[in-house]
Amino acid sequence: MAHAEGQQHPLGVYIKVWGLLFVLSTFSYLVDYYHLEGVLRWSLILLFMFLKAGFIIAVFMHIKWERMALSLAILVPPVVLLVFIGIMSIEADYTFLTRGIFFGAGA
Amino acid sequence: MAPSDTTATEAHPTGLAPGLPGVAADWSSDQRAFKNVPWGKAMMWIFLLSDTFIFSCFLISYMTVRMSTTVPWPIPSEVFALSFGGEPIPLILIAIMTFILITSSGTMVLAVNYGYRMDKKKTTILLLITALLGASFVGMQAFEWTKLIVEEGVRPWGNPMGASQFGATFFMITGFHGFHVSIGVIFLVLVARKVWRGDYDTGKRGFFTSRKGNYEIVETMGLYWHFVDLVWVFIFAFFYLW
Repeated sequence: MAHAEGQQHPLGVYIKVWGLLFVLSTFSYLVDYYHLEGVLRWSLILLFMFLKAGFIIAVFMHIKWERMALSLAILVPPVVLLVFIGIMSIEADYTFLTRGIFFGAGA
Repeated sequence: MAPSDTTATEAHPTGLAPGLPGVAADWSSDQRAFKNVPWGKAMMWIFLLSDTFIFSCFLISYMTVRMSTTVPWPIPSEVFALSFGGEPIPLILIAIMTFILITSSGTMVLAVNYGYRMDKKKTTILLLITALLGASFVGMQAFEWTKLIVEEGVRPWGNPMGASQFGATFFMITGFHGFHVSIGVIFLVLVARKVWRGDYDTGKRGFFTSRKGNYEIVETMGLYWHFVDLVWVFIFAFFYLW
Protein backbone atom coordinates (compact mmCIF):
# COMPACT_ATOMS: atom_id res chain seq x y z
CA MET A 1 0.00 0.00 0.00
CA ALA A 2 0.96 3.64 -0.39
CA HIS A 3 3.09 5.31 2.22
CA ALA A 4 1.09 7.24 4.81
CA GLU A 5 2.74 10.58 3.96
CA GLY A 6 2.54 10.30 0.18
CA GLN A 7 0.49 12.55 -2.06
CA GLN A 8 -1.96 10.36 -3.91
CA HIS A 9 -4.80 11.73 -5.94
CA PRO A 10 -7.09 10.49 -8.71
CA LEU A 11 -5.49 10.60 -12.14
CA GLY A 12 -8.40 12.61 -13.54
CA VAL A 13 -7.27 15.82 -11.81
CA TYR A 14 -3.82 15.54 -13.36
CA ILE A 15 -5.10 14.80 -16.84
CA LYS A 16 -7.48 17.78 -16.73
CA VAL A 17 -4.75 20.18 -15.57
CA TRP A 18 -2.38 18.72 -18.15
CA GLY A 19 -4.86 19.47 -20.92
CA LEU A 20 -5.49 22.94 -19.51
CA LEU A 21 -1.75 23.72 -19.55
CA PHE A 22 -1.64 22.80 -23.25
CA VAL A 23 -4.56 25.10 -23.98
CA LEU A 24 -3.05 27.99 -21.99
CA SER A 25 0.32 27.56 -23.72
CA THR A 26 -1.39 27.63 -27.10
CA PHE A 27 -3.19 30.83 -26.10
CA SER A 28 0.03 32.53 -25.01
CA TYR A 29 1.68 31.47 -28.26
CA LEU A 30 -1.25 32.88 -30.25
CA VAL A 31 -0.77 36.24 -28.49
CA ASP A 32 2.53 36.47 -30.33
CA TYR A 33 1.31 34.82 -33.52
CA TYR A 34 -1.45 37.39 -34.02
CA HIS A 35 0.87 40.29 -33.16
CA LEU A 36 -1.30 41.69 -30.38
CA GLU A 37 0.25 44.92 -29.13
CA GLY A 38 0.34 47.21 -26.11
CA VAL A 39 -1.59 46.73 -22.88
CA LEU A 40 -3.71 43.91 -24.35
CA ARG A 41 -0.57 41.91 -25.23
CA TRP A 42 1.09 42.39 -21.82
CA SER A 43 -2.02 41.70 -19.78
CA LEU A 44 -2.77 38.51 -21.75
CA ILE A 45 0.84 37.30 -21.42
CA LEU A 46 0.72 37.88 -17.65
CA LEU A 47 -2.73 36.32 -17.31
CA PHE A 48 -1.78 33.08 -19.10
CA MET A 49 1.58 33.00 -17.28
CA PHE A 50 0.05 33.27 -13.82
CA LEU A 51 -2.68 30.74 -14.65
CA LYS A 52 -0.10 28.22 -15.89
CA ALA A 53 2.22 28.83 -12.93
CA GLY A 54 -0.71 28.57 -10.52
CA PHE A 55 -1.93 25.25 -11.87
CA ILE A 56 1.57 23.75 -11.89
CA ILE A 57 2.22 24.81 -8.28
CA ALA A 58 -1.24 23.95 -6.96
CA VAL A 59 -1.85 20.59 -8.60
CA PHE A 60 1.37 19.18 -10.06
CA MET A 61 3.44 20.26 -7.06
CA HIS A 62 0.60 19.34 -4.66
CA ILE A 63 0.56 22.67 -2.79
CA LYS A 64 -3.25 22.55 -2.88
CA TRP A 65 -3.15 19.47 -0.67
CA GLU A 66 -0.24 20.38 1.62
CA ARG A 67 -0.65 21.74 5.14
CA MET A 68 -0.88 25.51 5.30
CA ALA A 69 2.37 25.76 7.31
CA LEU A 70 4.34 24.44 4.34
CA SER A 71 2.40 26.40 1.69
CA LEU A 72 2.98 29.69 3.50
CA ALA A 73 6.68 28.95 4.07
CA ILE A 74 7.06 28.48 0.31
CA LEU A 75 4.67 31.05 -1.14
CA VAL A 76 5.15 34.06 1.17
CA PRO A 77 8.95 34.71 0.90
CA PRO A 78 8.85 35.30 -2.91
CA VAL A 79 6.48 38.23 -2.28
CA VAL A 80 9.51 40.37 -1.32
CA LEU A 81 10.53 40.06 -4.97
CA LEU A 82 7.83 42.64 -5.75
CA VAL A 83 9.83 45.19 -3.73
CA PHE A 84 12.98 44.18 -5.62
CA ILE A 85 11.17 44.61 -8.95
CA GLY A 86 9.94 48.03 -7.82
CA ILE A 87 13.39 49.22 -6.75
CA MET A 88 15.03 47.99 -9.94
CA SER A 89 12.45 49.54 -12.25
CA ILE A 90 13.00 52.93 -10.57
CA GLU A 91 16.74 52.39 -10.99
CA ALA A 92 16.30 51.42 -14.66
CA ASP A 93 14.18 54.50 -15.38
CA TYR A 94 16.84 56.69 -13.78
CA THR A 95 19.62 55.06 -15.81
CA PHE A 96 17.60 55.51 -18.99
CA LEU A 97 17.06 59.18 -18.15
CA THR A 98 20.72 59.89 -17.44
CA ARG A 99 21.76 58.03 -20.59
CA GLY A 100 19.40 60.26 -22.54
CA ILE A 101 20.95 63.36 -20.99
CA PHE A 102 24.62 62.38 -21.33
CA PHE A 103 24.66 60.43 -24.60
CA GLY A 104 21.97 62.39 -26.43
CA ALA A 105 18.42 61.14 -26.87
CA GLY A 106 18.87 57.59 -28.18
CA ALA A 107 21.88 56.20 -30.02
CA MET B 1 -13.39 20.67 -6.47
CA ALA B 2 -15.49 18.82 -3.88
CA PRO B 3 -14.18 15.29 -4.61
CA SER B 4 -10.53 16.34 -4.30
CA ASP B 5 -11.25 18.06 -0.98
CA THR B 6 -12.49 14.82 0.46
CA THR B 7 -9.32 13.04 -0.66
CA ALA B 8 -7.28 15.79 1.00
CA THR B 9 -8.91 15.23 4.36
CA GLU B 10 -8.44 11.50 3.96
CA ALA B 11 -4.76 11.98 3.21
CA HIS B 12 -4.08 13.81 6.47
CA PRO B 13 -4.33 12.04 9.79
CA THR B 14 -6.99 13.50 12.02
CA GLY B 15 -6.27 15.50 15.16
CA LEU B 16 -4.37 18.35 13.46
CA ALA B 17 -5.91 21.82 13.35
CA PRO B 18 -6.55 23.25 9.85
CA GLY B 19 -5.96 26.82 8.56
CA LEU B 20 -4.22 29.63 10.45
CA PRO B 21 -4.60 28.05 13.92
CA GLY B 22 -2.93 25.03 12.29
CA VAL B 23 0.02 27.20 11.15
CA ALA B 24 0.56 28.52 14.68
CA ALA B 25 0.19 25.06 16.20
CA ASP B 26 2.59 23.46 13.69
CA TRP B 27 5.33 26.07 14.10
CA SER B 28 5.04 26.21 17.88
CA SER B 29 4.91 22.47 18.43
CA ASP B 30 8.67 22.31 19.11
CA GLN B 31 8.92 19.12 17.04
CA ARG B 32 8.60 19.33 13.26
CA ALA B 33 6.93 22.26 11.56
CA PHE B 34 6.14 20.53 8.27
CA LYS B 35 3.84 17.71 9.23
CA ASN B 36 2.86 14.97 6.77
CA VAL B 37 5.92 15.87 4.69
CA PRO B 38 9.01 13.64 4.56
CA TRP B 39 12.19 15.58 5.35
CA GLY B 40 13.59 15.05 1.85
CA LYS B 41 10.58 16.74 0.32
CA ALA B 42 10.72 19.66 2.77
CA MET B 43 14.41 20.14 1.93
CA MET B 44 13.64 20.01 -1.80
CA TRP B 45 11.08 22.77 -1.27
CA ILE B 46 13.64 24.90 0.61
CA PHE B 47 16.09 24.38 -2.25
CA LEU B 48 13.47 25.31 -4.84
CA LEU B 49 12.66 28.44 -2.85
CA SER B 50 16.30 29.50 -3.00
CA ASP B 51 16.39 28.64 -6.70
CA THR B 52 13.34 30.87 -7.18
CA PHE B 53 15.40 33.79 -5.91
CA ILE B 54 18.30 32.97 -8.24
CA PHE B 55 16.07 32.88 -11.33
CA SER B 56 14.26 36.00 -10.12
CA CYS B 57 17.58 37.83 -9.88
CA PHE B 58 18.33 36.88 -13.50
CA LEU B 59 14.91 37.95 -14.73
CA ILE B 60 14.94 41.19 -12.74
CA SER B 61 18.41 42.10 -14.05
CA TYR B 62 17.09 41.35 -17.54
CA MET B 63 14.20 43.74 -16.87
CA THR B 64 16.65 46.39 -15.65
CA VAL B 65 18.94 46.28 -18.70
CA ARG B 66 16.02 46.11 -21.12
CA MET B 67 14.33 49.12 -19.51
CA SER B 68 17.50 51.20 -19.27
CA THR B 69 18.95 50.69 -22.76
CA THR B 70 18.53 53.53 -25.25
CA VAL B 71 19.03 51.15 -28.19
CA PRO B 72 15.93 49.24 -29.39
CA TRP B 73 15.66 45.68 -28.03
CA PRO B 74 15.79 42.93 -30.71
CA ILE B 75 12.28 41.61 -31.44
CA PRO B 76 12.22 38.05 -30.02
CA SER B 77 9.35 37.08 -32.32
CA GLU B 78 11.60 37.68 -35.34
CA VAL B 79 14.90 36.58 -33.81
CA PHE B 80 13.50 33.18 -32.85
CA ALA B 81 11.48 32.63 -36.02
CA LEU B 82 12.20 29.47 -37.93
CA SER B 83 11.53 28.74 -41.57
CA PHE B 84 10.66 25.30 -42.91
CA GLY B 85 11.28 26.10 -46.56
CA GLY B 86 8.59 28.79 -46.73
CA GLU B 87 7.64 31.85 -44.68
CA PRO B 88 9.38 32.02 -41.30
CA ILE B 89 7.04 30.99 -38.47
CA PRO B 90 7.52 33.17 -35.36
CA LEU B 91 8.76 31.48 -32.18
CA ILE B 92 7.88 28.03 -33.51
CA LEU B 93 10.85 26.21 -31.97
CA ILE B 94 10.21 27.87 -28.60
CA ALA B 95 6.55 26.84 -28.79
CA ILE B 96 7.53 23.22 -29.50
CA MET B 97 10.00 23.33 -26.58
CA THR B 98 7.23 24.66 -24.33
CA PHE B 99 4.89 21.83 -25.31
CA ILE B 100 7.63 19.25 -24.79
CA LEU B 101 8.28 20.53 -21.28
CA ILE B 102 4.57 20.49 -20.41
CA THR B 103 4.25 16.96 -21.77
CA SER B 104 7.20 15.89 -19.62
CA SER B 105 5.54 17.47 -16.56
CA GLY B 106 2.46 15.35 -17.27
CA THR B 107 4.44 12.12 -17.56
CA MET B 108 6.29 13.05 -14.35
CA VAL B 109 3.09 13.54 -12.39
CA LEU B 110 1.87 10.14 -13.62
CA ALA B 111 5.20 8.58 -12.60
CA VAL B 112 4.74 9.93 -9.05
CA ASN B 113 1.22 8.52 -8.97
CA TYR B 114 2.22 5.04 -10.19
CA GLY B 115 5.20 5.16 -7.83
CA TYR B 116 2.90 5.38 -4.83
CA ARG B 117 0.94 2.47 -6.29
CA MET B 118 4.24 0.55 -6.32
CA ASP B 119 3.83 -0.11 -10.03
CA LYS B 120 7.51 -0.49 -10.83
CA LYS B 121 7.14 -1.03 -14.57
CA LYS B 122 4.89 1.95 -15.29
CA THR B 123 6.87 4.25 -12.98
CA THR B 124 10.15 3.36 -14.67
CA ILE B 125 8.75 3.79 -18.17
CA LEU B 126 7.14 7.14 -17.31
CA LEU B 127 10.35 8.39 -15.66
CA LEU B 128 12.35 7.40 -18.73
CA ILE B 129 9.87 9.13 -21.07
CA THR B 130 10.18 12.25 -18.91
CA ALA B 131 13.99 12.05 -19.14
CA LEU B 132 13.79 11.55 -22.90
CA LEU B 133 11.54 14.60 -23.33
CA GLY B 134 13.90 16.61 -21.12
CA ALA B 135 16.88 15.52 -23.21
CA SER B 136 15.09 16.50 -26.44
CA PHE B 137 14.38 19.91 -24.87
CA VAL B 138 18.09 20.41 -24.19
CA GLY B 139 18.85 19.21 -27.73
CA MET B 140 16.53 21.81 -29.23
CA GLN B 141 18.09 24.45 -27.02
CA ALA B 142 21.52 23.47 -28.32
CA PHE B 143 20.16 23.84 -31.86
CA GLU B 144 18.70 27.25 -30.99
CA TRP B 145 21.97 28.45 -29.47
CA THR B 146 23.98 27.22 -32.47
CA LYS B 147 21.66 28.97 -34.90
CA LEU B 148 21.86 32.20 -32.91
CA ILE B 149 25.63 32.12 -32.51
CA VAL B 150 26.66 30.86 -35.96
CA GLU B 151 23.97 32.25 -38.27
CA GLU B 152 22.74 35.38 -36.49
CA GLY B 153 26.04 36.37 -34.91
CA VAL B 154 24.66 36.88 -31.40
CA ARG B 155 27.36 37.27 -28.75
CA PRO B 156 27.14 38.02 -25.01
CA TRP B 157 28.62 41.46 -25.73
CA GLY B 158 26.71 42.36 -28.86
CA ASN B 159 24.53 41.35 -31.79
CA PRO B 160 23.54 42.77 -35.18
CA MET B 161 19.83 43.18 -34.27
CA GLY B 162 19.85 45.80 -31.52
CA ALA B 163 20.67 46.31 -27.84
CA SER B 164 23.94 44.55 -27.00
CA GLN B 165 22.62 43.31 -23.63
CA PHE B 166 20.30 40.91 -25.48
CA GLY B 167 22.94 38.19 -25.86
CA ALA B 168 24.21 38.41 -22.28
CA THR B 169 20.76 38.04 -20.72
CA PHE B 170 19.66 35.38 -23.23
CA PHE B 171 22.67 33.11 -22.71
CA MET B 172 22.62 33.59 -18.95
CA ILE B 173 18.92 32.90 -18.43
CA THR B 174 18.34 30.09 -20.93
CA GLY B 175 21.76 28.61 -20.17
CA PHE B 176 21.04 28.37 -16.47
CA HIS B 177 17.63 26.89 -17.18
CA GLY B 178 19.07 24.38 -19.65
CA PHE B 179 21.62 23.40 -17.01
CA HIS B 180 18.76 22.69 -14.60
CA VAL B 181 17.02 20.53 -17.21
CA SER B 182 20.25 18.60 -17.88
CA ILE B 183 20.80 17.88 -14.18
CA GLY B 184 17.13 16.86 -13.97
CA VAL B 185 17.53 14.38 -16.84
CA ILE B 186 20.52 12.76 -15.10
CA PHE B 187 18.61 12.41 -11.83
CA LEU B 188 15.50 11.09 -13.62
CA VAL B 189 17.58 8.30 -15.14
CA LEU B 190 19.14 7.52 -11.74
CA VAL B 191 15.75 7.38 -10.01
CA ALA B 192 14.30 5.31 -12.87
CA ARG B 193 17.13 2.79 -12.45
CA LYS B 194 16.51 2.57 -8.70
CA VAL B 195 12.77 2.08 -9.20
CA TRP B 196 13.37 -0.62 -11.82
CA ARG B 197 15.88 -2.43 -9.59
CA GLY B 198 13.34 -2.39 -6.75
CA ASP B 199 15.49 -0.32 -4.36
CA TYR B 200 12.42 1.40 -2.98
CA ASP B 201 10.65 -1.89 -2.27
CA THR B 202 13.57 -3.58 -0.53
CA GLY B 203 14.81 -0.46 1.24
CA LYS B 204 18.28 -0.83 -0.32
CA ARG B 205 20.64 1.85 0.94
CA GLY B 206 21.76 4.53 -1.51
CA PHE B 207 25.38 4.53 -2.70
CA PHE B 208 25.87 8.16 -1.68
CA THR B 209 23.67 8.85 1.35
CA SER B 210 23.55 5.22 2.57
CA ARG B 211 19.96 5.89 3.59
CA LYS B 212 17.00 3.72 2.74
CA GLY B 213 14.88 5.18 -0.02
CA ASN B 214 11.20 4.81 -0.77
CA TYR B 215 8.73 6.01 -3.38
CA GLU B 216 8.59 9.49 -1.83
CA ILE B 217 11.84 10.12 -3.66
CA VAL B 218 9.92 9.95 -6.94
CA GLU B 219 7.67 12.74 -5.68
CA THR B 220 10.66 14.84 -4.55
CA MET B 221 12.20 14.31 -7.99
CA GLY B 222 8.86 15.39 -9.47
CA LEU B 223 8.92 18.65 -7.48
CA TYR B 224 12.28 19.53 -9.03
CA TRP B 225 11.06 18.67 -12.51
CA HIS B 226 7.86 20.71 -12.20
CA PHE B 227 9.92 23.62 -10.91
CA VAL B 228 12.03 23.51 -14.08
CA ASP B 229 8.80 23.64 -16.08
CA LEU B 230 7.55 26.48 -13.88
CA VAL B 231 10.68 28.57 -14.50
CA TRP B 232 10.24 28.02 -18.22
CA VAL B 233 6.71 29.46 -18.00
CA PHE B 234 8.23 32.72 -16.71
CA ILE B 235 11.13 32.73 -19.20
CA PHE B 236 8.70 32.09 -22.06
CA ALA B 237 6.48 34.99 -20.97
CA PHE B 238 9.12 37.56 -20.12
CA PHE B 239 11.92 36.80 -22.54
CA TYR B 240 10.26 35.36 -25.64
CA LEU B 241 6.79 36.90 -25.65
CA TRP B 242 7.31 40.33 -24.05
